[in-house]
Amino acid sequence: MSDVSYIRRPNRVLTVYAYIFLIVLYLPVLSIPLFAFNDSIYVRFPLQGFTTQWFVQLWERESLWDALGNSLRVGFFVAALSTALGVLAARAITRTRLPGQSAIVAFVMLPIVMPGIIFGVALLVLLSRIGIPLSLYTVTLGHMIVCLPFAIATLLPRFEGFDKSMEEASADLGENGWFTFWRVTFPIVLPGIVASLLLTFTISFDEVIMAFFLTGTEPTLPMYIWSQLRFPREFPSVLALSTIILFVSFIMVFAALYIGRMGLQKNDR
Amino acid sequence: MTPSESYISIRNVGKKFGDFEAIESISMDIREGEFFSLLGASGCGKTTLLRMLAGFETPTRGDILIDGQQMNDVPPFERPVNMVFQSYAIFPHMNVRDNIGYGLRRLKLPRAKRNDMIDEMLELVQLQGYGDRRSDALSGGQRQRIALARALILKPKVLLLDEPLGALDKRLREQMQVELRRLQRSVGITFVFVTHDQEEALTLSDRIAVMSGGKVLQVDTPDGLYERPRTREVAGFIGSMNFIEGKVLSRVNGHATLGLSAFGEIQVDAKQIGFVEGEAVPLAIRPEKIELLKEPSEGAVPGSLELKSYHGERSYFQVRVDGCDDLVSVSTQNAGRAKLRALEEGAAVWLKWRDDAFIVLDKN
Ligand SMILES: Nc1ncnc2c1ncn2[C@@H]1O[C@H](COP(=O)(O)OP(=O)(O)O)[C@@H](O)[C@H]1O
Ligand SMILES: [Mg+2]
Repeated sequence: MSDVSYIRRPNRVLTVYAYIFLIVLYLPVLSIPLFAFNDSIYVRFPLQGFTTQWFVQLWERESLWDALGNSLRVGFFVAALSTALGVLAARAITRTRLPGQSAIVAFVMLPIVMPGIIFGVALLVLLSRIGIPLSLYTVTLGHMIVCLPFAIATLLPRFEGFDKSMEEASADLGENGWFTFWRVTFPIVLPGIVASLLLTFTISFDEVIMAFFLTGTEPTLPMYIWSQLRFPREFPSVLALSTIILFVSFIMVFAALYIGRMGLQKNDR
Repeated sequence: MTPSESYISIRNVGKKFGDFEAIESISMDIREGEFFSLLGASGCGKTTLLRMLAGFETPTRGDILIDGQQMNDVPPFERPVNMVFQSYAIFPHMNVRDNIGYGLRRLKLPRAKRNDMIDEMLELVQLQGYGDRRSDALSGGQRQRIALARALILKPKVLLLDEPLGALDKRLREQMQVELRRLQRSVGITFVFVTHDQEEALTLSDRIAVMSGGKVLQVDTPDGLYERPRTREVAGFIGSMNFIEGKVLSRVNGHATLGLSAFGEIQVDAKQIGFVEGEAVPLAIRPEKIELLKEPSEGAVPGSLELKSYHGERSYFQVRVDGCDDLVSVSTQNAGRAKLRALEEGAAVWLKWRDDAFIVLDKN
């Protein structure tokens, strides 16, 4: 144990705390898959028996598939656009000396802590003043605002982590800016880009507040679920749907974190 | 002047970062095929000058010509120079071969030709068999060789090297110095080499530019710098040196007699001296050019031994001379001089020199 530093020594109190924290956090969430397989339209104990009928019901619901399609489309666009803009922003932040740089970065990151409702209302007011009708495009716009800071936060460490002389070496060896980006910068930051795509897609896919203000006639999946909550008979299939979303989100976020860290530890050596 | 005398021509080049003048105004010529070093303490502007040659920094004034071609508006990727970076900047996502062949893409060579060139380079830098290794799993020395091969494969007119040996440990550094010199001879490319290590510069270079505070103090061959430093700064930077002030006593024909107070008088060639009688003259003398005696002798100056230190092949003696504030440093070779080494600290000694061992420095 002597080779383990003081700060790294296992700490029982902290470990117990971490477990309690996780249980309190995820126990309510776990009740969703639990009741999704329960053979009753009422969400209450005792459980009535195992069924997959709510999942089967989902399958037959046309409007749900439309909503899913909407969410996927918005998600893809948001992920691609905010990651692309995030790459440009992260590059600009790490590669150039801007006056007032830290203030700019702070402003870019602000939407992470600003209540979404403020941006939602602000955008709604703005759009209606200019006369742009609400649609999936406006939802996409709202999601971009939410996702961009996350994209930048994911990409910044990748850009900060690699030596600027890498790009200079490429230029020195005869490649112009474009080929330098494709042959050196892009491959090195690729894990960050993949992580950012996964993360922003997941955020957009789950997002409710912006969608609430900015959705036109075509609902995203969370909006659809929201609308279904009014009908008690539909509730179990909402749970079934939530179970699926929960599962997929988990996988995507973990994948994003894992890929985002890939290679970073290697560079630390 | 033949064109090769001024292969790289640096004319009144200056560089400012905001208000800070990193390079003041440098003019010098670098010859074709020579091993040229920029030597100076950290922060004196060596990297900045090198980066201006590579095209990563634009001079705020002056011109740079390479092989007669004006470089000021040529971007780095179009310059006939290549650089070995201080950090080596090996691409981590490529193996050794792909790193070395990186610059060949634009040449659109057939695959076989390309592979031949890479093999040739692997051999040149003695990395045969390492071609398929991941480049991020290599030692410092190996990464440095890749950086060299990657630059040399493009047959640049000039190779720029920014303290390439700085990150290596002492033994490896000495080994790489020999190899670098061999490499430069065999490829015949002009090398511009940055270092803060005077010994390294002296061993490797054909010529050296000594830099300080954004200026070039002197450009000369290694022995020129050592034997004929022009200023006190250069003299003190390379090797160790005693500085003494002299006064012009008289000038007769080609000769001037200088009075050195406690050290008597010396005769020097008056051509080196543009000054008039009574003027002060800064002088310097190397410790190994002073003879240390145990007995008085004709013309020898008496003193007492304050300190002695043993440095293997040489010994250093610090001698106090009456009427002189600074200790005089004397060094002797340790071949068969056991007599001198046996001297006790505090012993009476005598110092002797040839008049022409004194270097007359520029006044500044
Ligand atoms: N991009 C830059 N911006 C501002 N100052 C710089 C920049 N690059 C170098 N300098 C300054 O210029 C001086 C010379 O730097 P450099 O050429 O790197 O010195 P050396 O390589 O001799 O150690 C240093 O004082 C350094 O701080
Ligand atoms: Mg430097």
